[in-house]
Amino acid sequence: MSTSGLETGSPGAGSPGAGSPGAGIPETSWTTAVVAEVERIEDRLVRLRLDPEGWTPGLPGQHAIVRLRAEDGYTAQRSYSIASDPDDPLVELMVECLPGGEVSGFLHDEVRLGDVLELRGPIGGWFTWTGDVTAVAVGGGTGVVPLVAMQRYAARLGLGHRLHVVAVGRTLAELPYSHEFLEAGAFVATTRENLGSRVAAPPYPAELESLVADVERAYVCGSVGFASYATRLLGEVGVRTDLVRVEQFGATG
Amino acid sequence: MTSVSGFRPTRGFTGRPRRGRPDRLPPGQYDTGSDWPTLTAEVTPHLVPEKWTMTVDGLVETSTSWTWREIHALPGSTYFGDIHCVTTWSKLDTTFAGVSVDTLLAAAQPRSEAAYVLAHSTTGYTTNLPLDDVTGGRAWVVWEYDGRPLPIEHGGPVRLLVPHLYFWKSAKWVTRLEVMARDRPGFWEQNGYHDRGDPWLEQRYQGDP
Repeated sequence: MSTSGLETGSPGAGSPGAGSPGAGIPETSWTTAVVAEVERIEDRLVRLRLDPEGWTPGLPGQHAIVRLRAEDGYTAQRSYSIASDPDDPLVELMVECLPGGEVSGFLHDEVRLGDVLELRGPIGGWFTWTGDVTAVAVGGGTGVVPLVAMQRYAARLGLGHRLHVVAVGRTLAELPYSHEFLEAGAFVATTRENLGSRVAAPPYPAELESLVADVERAYVCGSVGFASYATRLLGEVGVRTDLVRVEQFGATG
Repeated sequence: MTSVSGFRPTRGFTGRPRRGRPDRLPPGQYDTGSDWPTLTAEVTPHLVPEKWTMTVDGLVETSTSWTWREIHALPGSTYFGDIHCVTTWSKLDTTFAGVSVDTLLAAAQPRSEAAYVLAHSTTGYTTNLPLDDVTGGRAWVVWEYDGRPLPIEHGGPVRLLVPHLYFWKSAKWVTRLEVMARDRPGFWEQNGYHDRGDPWLEQRYQGDP
């Protein structure tokens, strides 16, 4: 799960944001979406492809809000990073089922084809990449979800040389989209199993050096612990703090 | 059954038990209990109190700055109550201590045409607020949570606190309040979030009422 980073964020000094409202970030309203595909992966992941009623394509890296409604009118909503290319007519989410997760648990355990969910988005203009700058994107666990959207977008537009993806997971099986990352030439690190000749470990500075040589921006997405690790690592290999955009999530269900 | 919202119930969804004090939760929020999720958009800064200053400027009679020591010498003020994050958690019965924004504005004296403020953080983060939302005992600059120094991940050593609005308005690492005649969107507001952010009206995103 990727909850959008939003308590009070903090762009680097001089960050312009993403333009004025209405310029790049259109207003959104709630709509409905039919569940068109459900794939349960391992014990904790579910990949959903949703067919929304009216949807304005956005930018890779944005998120969508899923809202569930009980018979008595009670609602629960959570924000999830979008995995699909904005060009994709369906909206793809990869949701991690959290212990006691009110929304993620429902999506993992209960949802089936043809169900109708309330959906809103795409939202967010900070953690987005349009290919205008060369970037490194480091994701951990389900924090790789917005990165897969960026990678798909880059592949479609032939911008792969401007996006260096680092995907970190415990094992290949537990890392969402691990095979898609490997096929696209992303650097994949597994921390609890060896991968080829690479002994299980988080990424080393030496492994990132060639990936950050020419970057003008860095994206970090993952848990609070991962985001802290990854931003420190990027600092060690010389990426300036004010170039780093972070999206981190805690266990918010 | 279709609700007033026009949406039907989600098949099979019952939701968590409606325990506790649902009347205290704005619509769409849940009680996070003792947790306090941390969400930021960027690298957490290491802010040195001795180098930090708080400034009120813009459309004021007297631009005024306080050092860490000077702001602590002002009359203190405490907030006890709830906070609400747009990511849908609410935290009940929090205690923050610092100084009322009223105290700072009283020194700087906003001019008659002043109607908004833009809060600036040391990191470049900004958020816009109507002046009416940071006056009349509604807003604080705080450095203590639960009787202890505010932790860095929650904006320590010092942050803005505007608890009646969604918590992104409570800028972490605040250093400046710029008083303005016209509204000017801040960081999240430029990125799709609401200009006011009233949790009771669910003003989460641009386009909400």
